[in-house]
Amino acid sequence: MIELTDIYKIYTDGDSEIHALDGISLRVERGEFVAIVGASGSGKSTCMNIVGCLDVPTSGRYCLNGTDVSTMGEYELAHIRNKELGFVFQQYNLIPKLTVQENVELPLVYRGIKPAKRQELAMAALERVGLGDRSNKLPSQLSGGQQQRVSIARALAGQPPVILADEPTGALDSHTGREVLTFLKKLNREGTTIVLITHDNSIAAELPRVVRIQDGKILSDTPNPAATGLGEVAG
Amino acid sequence: MDIKQAFRLAVKSLLGSKMRSFLTMLGIIIGVGSVIVLVSLVNGMSQDMVSTFESMGTNLISVTVMGRGGNRTVTPDEMQTLVDENPDTIGAMSPSISISGATVKYSSDNVTASCVGVNEFYGEVNNAAVAEGRAIAYMDVEQRARNCVIGTYLVNELFAGADPLGETIRINGESFQVVGVLEETQGGEEGSEDATVLIPYTVAQRLSQTFMVSSYSFSAKNKDTVDAAMDIIDSFLLQKFSSSDAYRVFNQADALTQVNELTGTMTLVLVGVAGISLLVGGIGIMNIMLVSVTERTREIGVRKSLGATPWDILSQFVVEAITTSSVGGIIGILFGIAAAYLAAALMQMSVAISLPAILIAFSVSAIIGVTFGFFPARKASKLNPIEALRYD
Repeated sequence: MIELTDIYKIYTDGDSEIHALDGISLRVERGEFVAIVGASGSGKSTCMNIVGCLDVPTSGRYCLNGTDVSTMGEYELAHIRNKELGFVFQQYNLIPKLTVQENVELPLVYRGIKPAKRQELAMAALERVGLGDRSNKLPSQLSGGQQQRVSIARALAGQPPVILADEPTGALDSHTGREVLTFLKKLNREGTTIVLITHDNSIAAELPRVVRIQDGKILSDTPNPAATGLGEVAG
Repeated sequence: MDIKQAFRLAVKSLLGSKMRSFLTMLGIIIGVGSVIVLVSLVNGMSQDMVSTFESMGTNLISVTVMGRGGNRTVTPDEMQTLVDENPDTIGAMSPSISISGATVKYSSDNVTASCVGVNEFYGEVNNAAVAEGRAIAYMDVEQRARNCVIGTYLVNELFAGADPLGETIRINGESFQVVGVLEETQGGEEGSEDATVLIPYTVAQRLSQTFMVSSYSFSAKNKDTVDAAMDIIDSFLLQKFSSSDAYRVFNQADALTQVNELTGTMTLVLVGVAGISLLVGGIGIMNIMLVSVTERTREIGVRKSLGATPWDILSQFVVEAITTSSVGGIIGILFGIAAAYLAAALMQMSVAISLPAILIAFSVSAIIGVTFGFFPARKASKLNPIEALRYD
């Protein structure tokens, strides 16, 4: 599914080189739920950007779903992001002027899907996150937890095989954060591959596989037997 | 992203901040509006002038004699001989002695009219028919008879529509008997052809105390002999004065061409000025679009992360700029039409709304949207999604 081989991302600042990613290799199989954990500056965001096809590595090979994306241009990457990936951001990143439904439709708009079909898919995604009755509201009329669920619906709408969640609970209180996490676990059980980035160890502790990054290198990659009670809560 | 959706989004975004949208459009509104107003008024003016000239007839040839010092001049008799010698080209001739701003009085009523001394061929030369009574006749000229033919404006003003024939009026204090009424040509308005008094030119010579007749009107036999007739008159006068500076021979068609050239130049100048304000309006749009791109950096990042290509972003912002400038253009056109009618009513001018001007103004405003929207849109499309997402 996701296959990073010997990925380097090097920024030059004057004469000095900064190795944001220093030779990372990582494999994520279909249906996995992986937490990438690291402190700020550890390289986890850069890693996320490369996995999310928002950035290209300086060297190394990245295969997503069997396609080598490490050498793709801007337009091809946009296409890959649209079809293969769904993003969930810490700040939700909904567009304030668009209604909930229009926000969820956005990835479908860029895929060139007809309005009627778009509406149908968007409503289905909203039903899945339990917000089918809020489709005509503006994001500002919803609570933080609801906005995050809208952004999950947006990530789901295009039915991508992989969802990337960047600190999805970071802006939420612990109770709402837990609900969102529970919901992501449910999605994973339903077959979506999820890569979650966090600096919060208590969240990582609940996930079946934890990859720790420090100074641009993978520090540890361990299965987490403690997270076996996956099915305990239903959204 | 399909274009319909892009327009819908653009309209939504315009309505989202009405005040800002209006101020953005203001430059375009003023620019387009002033083009419409100016072109409409100039058009109206030129149509008025053209219709005036056409009512006078395109066969009309006017001759103005400035003289060349000394006593050398040309007399009405000499001019009449010229007509008689060239029956195939020249139709008729009438001297034209203007006593402008003449005061015409009947009982206690006064009006100002243009008084012209003419001969019996005036009607034929100027396409002016008599509605009642008779025209100035040969005998009036010969006998210096105090007879006059008046226009309908005078009939209405002095006689309140009653029969003026046989009545005596005073022109600049001299008594004249009304023998005829001219047919109405311009609605009987003040200052028009209908506010004319015709008197025998021999009497006009006395009234104005000038014996040299400096102005003649000729009619060509028909439209096709205008140029030939002008050549004949010209060569006659050149022989007489041995200088082409001493007289001027011109035709209504020439005058018409000159009017058209003049109004054409005026239109160009005015449109140039309006064009500058359109340019300023375009820069205003560019400015606001740049602000809008900066404000929506994060939105652009989100859209890119969801799979928007640079082209999608570019077209979104260009469509937004076009929508702004086109809506501004439409408002400007409506505003311009309203303002043109208002100005026309206030200044008693004619308006002629020009469809080509409207179409051009609208296309120009749309083109301005593309031109000035392109740079900000390109900036938006080139934003790095990672930095855009991180932007606060």
